[in-house]
Amino acid sequence: MSELLLVEGLTKHFGGVTANDGISFDVREGEIIGIIGPNGAGKSTLFDLLTGFQTPDSGSVLLDGHDVTGLRPDRIARMGVGRTFQKLKPFPDLTLVENVMVGALAHTSHVHEARDKALEAIAFVDLLEKRHSFARELSTGQRKRLEMARALATDPRLLLMDEVTGGVDQKTIPGLIELVLALRDKGITILTIEHNMKVMMDVSSRILALQFGKRIAFGKPEKVRNDPHVVDAYLGRADAA
Amino acid sequence: MSSDVIIQAIVSGLLMGLVYALVAVGLSLIFGLMEIVNFAHGEFLMLSMFFSFWLWALLGMDPLLSLPIVVLALAVLGFATHYGVIRHVLNAPMLAQICATFGLAIAIRSGAQFLWTPDFRSVQDPLVAGRLEIAGIFIGQPQLVAGLVCFAAFIALWLFVTRTETGLALQATAQDRQAAAVMGIPTDRMFALGWAIGLGCVGVAGAMLSSFYFVFPDVGINFALLAFVAVALGGFGSILGSLVAGVAIGLVESLGGVLISPSYKLLIVFSLYFAVVLVRPMGLFGRY
Amino acid sequence: MSKKSNAALEAALAEPVWPAAPPAFTWLGFGVFALLAVYPFIFTGTFSHHLMIMVFLHAIMAQSWNVVAGMSGQISLGHAVFFGLGAYASALLYIKWGITPWIGLLAGMAISALAAAAIGIPTLRLRGHYFAIATLLFGISVQIVFQRWDWVGAASGIFMPIVRDDPWLVLQFHGSKLPYYYLSFGLCVIAFAVVWDLQRRRLGMRLLAVRDEPEAAASLGIDVAWHKVIAFMISGAMMSTAGTFFAQYVLVVDPDRVFNFEISVLALLMVVLGGIGTLWGPALGAAILVPLSEFTRTWFGGTGGTVDLIIYGILILLICIYQPRGLLSIVTERLRRRVDTK
Ligand SMILES: Nc1ncnc2c1ncn2[C@@H]1O[C@H](COP(=O)(O)OP(=O)(O)O)[C@@H](O)[C@H]1O
Ligand SMILES: [Mg+2]
Repeated sequence: MSELLLVEGLTKHFGGVTANDGISFDVREGEIIGIIGPNGAGKSTLFDLLTGFQTPDSGSVLLDGHDVTGLRPDRIARMGVGRTFQKLKPFPDLTLVENVMVGALAHTSHVHEARDKALEAIAFVDLLEKRHSFARELSTGQRKRLEMARALATDPRLLLMDEVTGGVDQKTIPGLIELVLALRDKGITILTIEHNMKVMMDVSSRILALQFGKRIAFGKPEKVRNDPHVVDAYLGRADAA
Repeated sequence: MSSDVIIQAIVSGLLMGLVYALVAVGLSLIFGLMEIVNFAHGEFLMLSMFFSFWLWALLGMDPLLSLPIVVLALAVLGFATHYGVIRHVLNAPMLAQICATFGLAIAIRSGAQFLWTPDFRSVQDPLVAGRLEIAGIFIGQPQLVAGLVCFAAFIALWLFVTRTETGLALQATAQDRQAAAVMGIPTDRMFALGWAIGLGCVGVAGAMLSSFYFVFPDVGINFALLAFVAVALGGFGSILGSLVAGVAIGLVESLGGVLISPSYKLLIVFSLYFAVVLVRPMGLFGRY
Repeated sequence: MSKKSNAALEAALAEPVWPAAPPAFTWLGFGVFALLAVYPFIFTGTFSHHLMIMVFLHAIMAQSWNVVAGMSGQISLGHAVFFGLGAYASALLYIKWGITPWIGLLAGMAISALAAAAIGIPTLRLRGHYFAIATLLFGISVQIVFQRWDWVGAASGIFMPIVRDDPWLVLQFHGSKLPYYYLSFGLCVIAFAVVWDLQRRRLGMRLLAVRDEPEAAASLGIDVAWHKVIAFMISGAMMSTAGTFFAQYVLVVDPDRVFNFEISVLALLMVVLGGIGTLWGPALGAAILVPLSEFTRTWFGGTGGTVDLIIYGILILLICIYQPRGLLSIVTERLRRRVDTK
C-alpha cells in the first residue's frame, strides 16, 4: 500500500510555546488514523500545518509524493485534502444546502450539479430534513455533520476531522462514529482527532499520540494503548477520572 | 534651504502633533473599550472649540481659563452620547454602529451650522499670543501652550489608566468585557466613563486650538481625519500608539509642507500610513 | 441507505435549486416595475422626474457598495473614487477626443476595476477598520491629485459643452428629463440583474462564503484573497457607471463633487438602512434616503438652513438604533415568522 501522506519533523513555535516539535508519521491510503493527546498537546496545530493554515518553522509534508509544505490552504484543499474545524466554522447566513454547495462547487461551476451533489452529501450525513435551515439555527451536532458534508462535497481523498465527538451529547456520539466509518468505506483516508479513547481504539487502524507538541507513540491501537508514555500522559489520568 | 526652516518645521510639527495625539487617543480609547469607531469625533472637537469661543465671546473668558469648563462639558456630552446613543447599538452589527456615529456627526455638524452659521470666527487677543524667538526659531506661543497642555493631558491620562483602580478596571474591560463583568466591574459604567474621558481629551484639544485656529462648523473634519490616520497608524486601541503616531503625523505634515509642497501635505501623511500599514497591518502598536 | 431516506433524497433533488419567491412578491415586483415604467407619465413634473432619477442613481451606488460589503465583507469608505473615475473617464474622453460617453461608460468601468485592484491587492492583509481607513485615505488621495492636476481641469473641473445634435450619441438631453429617466432606470435594472445573477452563481456563493468564514472558505479550495479583489473590482465597475451617468446628467465634473467622501458615506448609509447583503436592501435604502433628503431640503431648506440635515442625521440614528439590521428585515422577518408558524 502506498503512502498518501508523509510527514517529517514538523515543528511550529508560537512565541515561547513549541506547539509541534519534530512530528513525523505516515498515512497509507484507506486508513483511519486517530490522533490523541491531552488539551494543548498540539493536535489542532498539526492539522493547521498539514492544511496550510499555519506554516511550519521546519519539517515537510508530502502529499502523494508532492511537497505541499507551506502551500496556501486553498491550494492544499484543491489537491484533495478536506478538513473540519474544532471551533466549527459554518457559513451562518447560508442555509445548510447552500453551505454544502459551496464545497460542491469546487469541481463544477454549475450550481444545479453542485446542488445535487450537496444534497447527496447531506443525505449521507443524514440531515436532509434540515436542508433549508440556516446554519446558525442548527445544533452543535448538526453543525458537525454540516462540516463533514461540506468537506465531503469537495471529493477529498484525505479528510482531517478535528474532534468529531467533542462537545456533543453522549447520544449522538455513536451516530457520528458510524459516519466516520462510512466515510472510510467510501474510500476516503481519514485523520481524526478524538478525546474518546475507547472510540479511537475501535475504529482507528493506527494511532498517533502527542504530548507537549511531541510524538510520544505511533502505531497499532493495542500497541499505543499499552505504551508506557501514553499510559502515563493520557490514559492514566483518563482512567482515574 | 536653511536648517532654520527645518528646525522651525520640526518644532511646529511636534507641537501640532501633540494636539493630534490627544484627539487621536480619545478615539483610540473608545475603540479599545468597545470596538466602536466614533465617526463623530471631529464634530465633538468642533463643539468644544465653539464652547470655548462662546465662553470668550459672551463672558470674556479666555480659552485657557475656561479650559476646565469646556472639558467638563465635553465629558458630560460623552456620558450623554453613551447613554443616549451608543448603549443602544452596542450589540448591533458593526456597520449599524458606524452608521449611528455618522448620523450623529451629520446631526451635530448641521446643528452647528444652523445655530452658528458656517462663518469663520476666532478668539481675539487671547491671553497668550505672539511668538517667542529662541536662537532664530520662532515659536507661536499659543501653539506652544497648546502642545504642552495636550502633552500634560496625555500624561495625566496615561497615569490615570495605568495607576488608578478605575483606570485598571477600564483596561480590564477593554481586554475582555465578559471577564471584567464576571469580576464585578460595571462594564456599562466603564463604557460611559470611556466616552467621557475620550471626549474630555477632545475638549482639551479643542479649547487649546480655539485660541489660534478658526472656529467653524466644518473645522473638525480635517482633525478627525488625521486622528483616524493616527489611530490606525498607532494601532486601534493603543494609547502609546496614538502618541507616537500623532507626533509622527504632525512632524511629517509640517516637514512635508516645507520640503515638498504644502498642497501635498495630506498626501505625504497618507503615504506614511500606507508605508507603515503594508509592513505592519495592525499599525505600530496594534495588538491582537 | 434505507428506502425511506432514498425517497427523501429523490424528493429533495426534484426541488428547484432556488426556491421561488412567494407569488405575492412576484406580483409586487411586476407591479413596481410597471409603475416605474409609466411613472414619468403619471407624475409629469420636472422635480418628480429628477427625484426618481436620483433614486435610480443612488440605488446603483448602493448596490455597488453592497457587492463589496454585503457579499465579500469588506468595508470601503473610498467608493467615491470609482464614482469620480467614471465621471471623469467619460467626460475626458468626450472633451479631449470627442469619444461618445457610451465608450466612456465602458472605459470608466475598466479603469475603476483596475483602480479597485490597485487598492484591493496591497490592502488585502488589512482587516476591518484598517481596511476601511486605507480606502478612505485612498479616496481622499485621488481627490487631492485631481484637484491639482491641470490636464483634468484641476479644482474647477470640466464643464461639458452643450450639444444638441445626436442626443443619444453624446448622451445629453436638454428640455426633457425623460431620456435621463429611462437611462438611469435601465442602468439600475442592469445593476440589480447583475447582482441577482451573481447571487445564483458559483462566484457569488463563494463571495458569501468568504464573507462569512474566510478560513472555512479556504478549506474548501476557495482563493480568499482573489475573491475579495474580484468583488472589489465588480463593485468599482458598477459604481463607475453611476459616475458616468451623473457626469452626463449635470454636465459638470469637478473633484469636490464627484470624489466627495460623502458619496462613500451615502452608499454605506443606504445599504445599512435598507438591509446589507440583500438584493433589494440597497433599492429600499435609496428609495428612502433620497426622497428624505430631497423633501427635508424643500420643506425646511428655505427657512431653516440646515434643519433638513439635522433631521436626516437624527433619522439615520433612529433607524440604526431601532432597526439595526435594515428596514428590509422588518418584512423578511415577518414573512419568515409567518412561514414558520404555518
Ligand atoms: N495561533 C496560535 N497562537 C499562539 N499559540 C497557539 C496558537 N495555536 C495554538 N497555540 C498554542 O499551541 C499549543 C497547542 O495548541 P493546539 O494545537 O490547539 O492543541 P490541541 O488541539 O491539542 O488541544 C497550545 O499551547 C496553544 O496555546
Ligand atoms: Mg484542538
